[in-house]
Amino acid sequence: MELLRKIWVWFDMRTDVSKVLGPLMKHPVPPRTGWMYVFGSATLFVFLIQIFTGIALATAYVSSAGQAFESLRWITNDAFLGHLLRGMHYFGASAMVLLVGIHMIRTFLTGSYKFPRELNWVVGVLLLGLTILMGFTGQLLRWDQNGVWSTVVAAEQAGRVPIIGHQLARLLLGGQTVGGATLSRFFAYHVFFIPAVIFGMIALHIGLALRHGISEKPSASRPVDPQTYRAWYENMLHREGVPFWPDAAWRDVVFGVLVVATVVFLAWRIGPPQLTTPPDPTIIQAYPRPDWYLVWYFAVLAQLPHGTESLVIVGAPLVAGLCLFVLPLVFNRGQRAPSRRPWAVASIVAIVLSVGVLWYQGERTPWSPDFSAQPLAASVVQSDQPQVVQGAHLFHRQGCEYCHSIAGHGGQRGPDLTYIADRLTPQQITLRILNGGYNMPAFASSIKPEDVNALVAFLNTRHFGK
Amino acid sequence: MNETETLSPQRRKLLASLSIGLGAVGAALIGIPVVGFLLAPLLQSVAQRWRAVGAVQTFQKGYTVEVRFEDASSVAWAGVTAQTGAWLRCQPDGQFVAFAINCTHLGCPVRWLQDAELFMCPCHGGVYYKDGTVAAGPPPRPLIQYPVRVRDGQVEVLAGPTPIT
Repeated sequence: MELLRKIWVWFDMRTDVSKVLGPLMKHPVPPRTGWMYVFGSATLFVFLIQIFTGIALATAYVSSAGQAFESLRWITNDAFLGHLLRGMHYFGASAMVLLVGIHMIRTFLTGSYKFPRELNWVVGVLLLGLTILMGFTGQLLRWDQNGVWSTVVAAEQAGRVPIIGHQLARLLLGGQTVGGATLSRFFAYHVFFIPAVIFGMIALHIGLALRHGISEKPSASRPVDPQTYRAWYENMLHREGVPFWPDAAWRDVVFGVLVVATVVFLAWRIGPPQLTTPPDPTIIQAYPRPDWYLVWYFAVLAQLPHGTESLVIVGAPLVAGLCLFVLPLVFNRGQRAPSRRPWAVASIVAIVLSVGVLWYQGERTPWSPDFSAQPLAASVVQSDQPQVVQGAHLFHRQGCEYCHSIAGHGGQRGPDLTYIADRLTPQQITLRILNGGYNMPAFASSIKPEDVNALVAFLNTRHFGK
Repeated sequence: MNETETLSPQRRKLLASLSIGLGAVGAALIGIPVVGFLLAPLLQSVAQRWRAVGAVQTFQKGYTVEVRFEDASSVAWAGVTAQTGAWLRCQPDGQFVAFAINCTHLGCPVRWLQDAELFMCPCHGGVYYKDGTVAAGPPPRPLIQYPVRVRDGQVEVLAGPTPIT
């Protein structure tokens, strides 16, 4: 022990570690901050998971468009602990997005972004964007069919940017098509470029948090006044501040380790996302969709009124980003307590509800044709009249069933036709089939008259109580 | 140490400007090749190449089938990603039309339903008629077409960049 102590003293004298780190660890923080302030540090803990599992995965992953998929298959199925590592990296990414979101909501609700911590919020917004970028680029590195098509979808979205859209899309693809250069670029973005920026931003984020101190528990009787706040804060710390280590830090450690344990547990029990089909762009049976944290945005893109897409794809992220950046500059003073800021609480409720509803819709995808729909069974058709049976058969063959459902069978894109005969006359049904309608193709040029008659005969049997 | 070097303010200003200027030169010496390398995709000319996709008689009139061909600008390590698919329609009069499989909404691969004679997109439900015009859903324009020609009994498609709407 004595020897160890001597080595430490020798080392410390030459590095001044305790002089540098000591005050950082012991710096006074406001008292009674409680469990609301653990989400930022937990995000950092999870980021550490991402760094270490990411480095480990990079030792085996081959960032070549032709081989990445096979190397990931090997990591997942054959490599020692590879399945667990990929799972940790995936659930780590999910936890990052979730915790960044919660941390941000907490900061917003407690008004902690107000003077003098405005820049900390701005850097945090950048970190949110970078986290989402990491999630998206990481999903592409899976380089299965979903990865390849997600790249195409991303390039198409970039293509909607006015003037420089096509150039942006080419830069994203790393060329003119999805191919060898595409994956290498995304790999470099995901493991070098974006992490480098994240490191810098985290340093700034933590540096600013240390510079201004963490915000004290909000109180309705003490609105923020930039003229007096800093002096008051210093004074409060002096009077009742507690050392960060261990008075406040223990909660960060407990919650952080709990999060890490949850990530490892989920990785062990559930495992990483399945690799879908190989990245062959000629396999048409593809259904590209983002990982869960972007599913709500996927739902937005599906439900936009026609003609507004370009505006929303380009404009919405710009407006949302701008609002987030400007927020602390506009509202940098006044009340911090949620009880005195009804609009702040209402906007969080509105945002969480909207994203929640969109997310639910994105999981159900009622707008997607259901290509797995099977021909209607006799128990559904409930008729042995030849024309009706033929109509039910055509209902599947002509693709009606991909979008319309009958008695729970079929897609949900179009109206449910289970009781259509109660709503429309045979003439109206015929007109609708031949001419189409809003969001329905016209079949006049592709369907035979006798087939229309059979379809109408079948649909005309669909009454309530049948 | 006793010979303190004192510099005139002008000289200090000059030395500071010199250092900043030289620093900028150094940054440019590193930065220009790096940024140039990264922006290379913008500087390449558009690669287009005729690719044979099958003998004329293998395509049935009135049918639309998927054809596969190699990209015009593939690299050696691209593996299966060097391939592209397209929908080739042989019209009743024997003329050929090739559609990109990418939906013009957000680029997902559209599927062909032969009986209904419709293209349907799995992502957001875009639908196109057999001639590629929009039948329903969010696509802002018809399916993109590749130029097609017949050479020596082979149907050839002009492979080019991934269509960006």
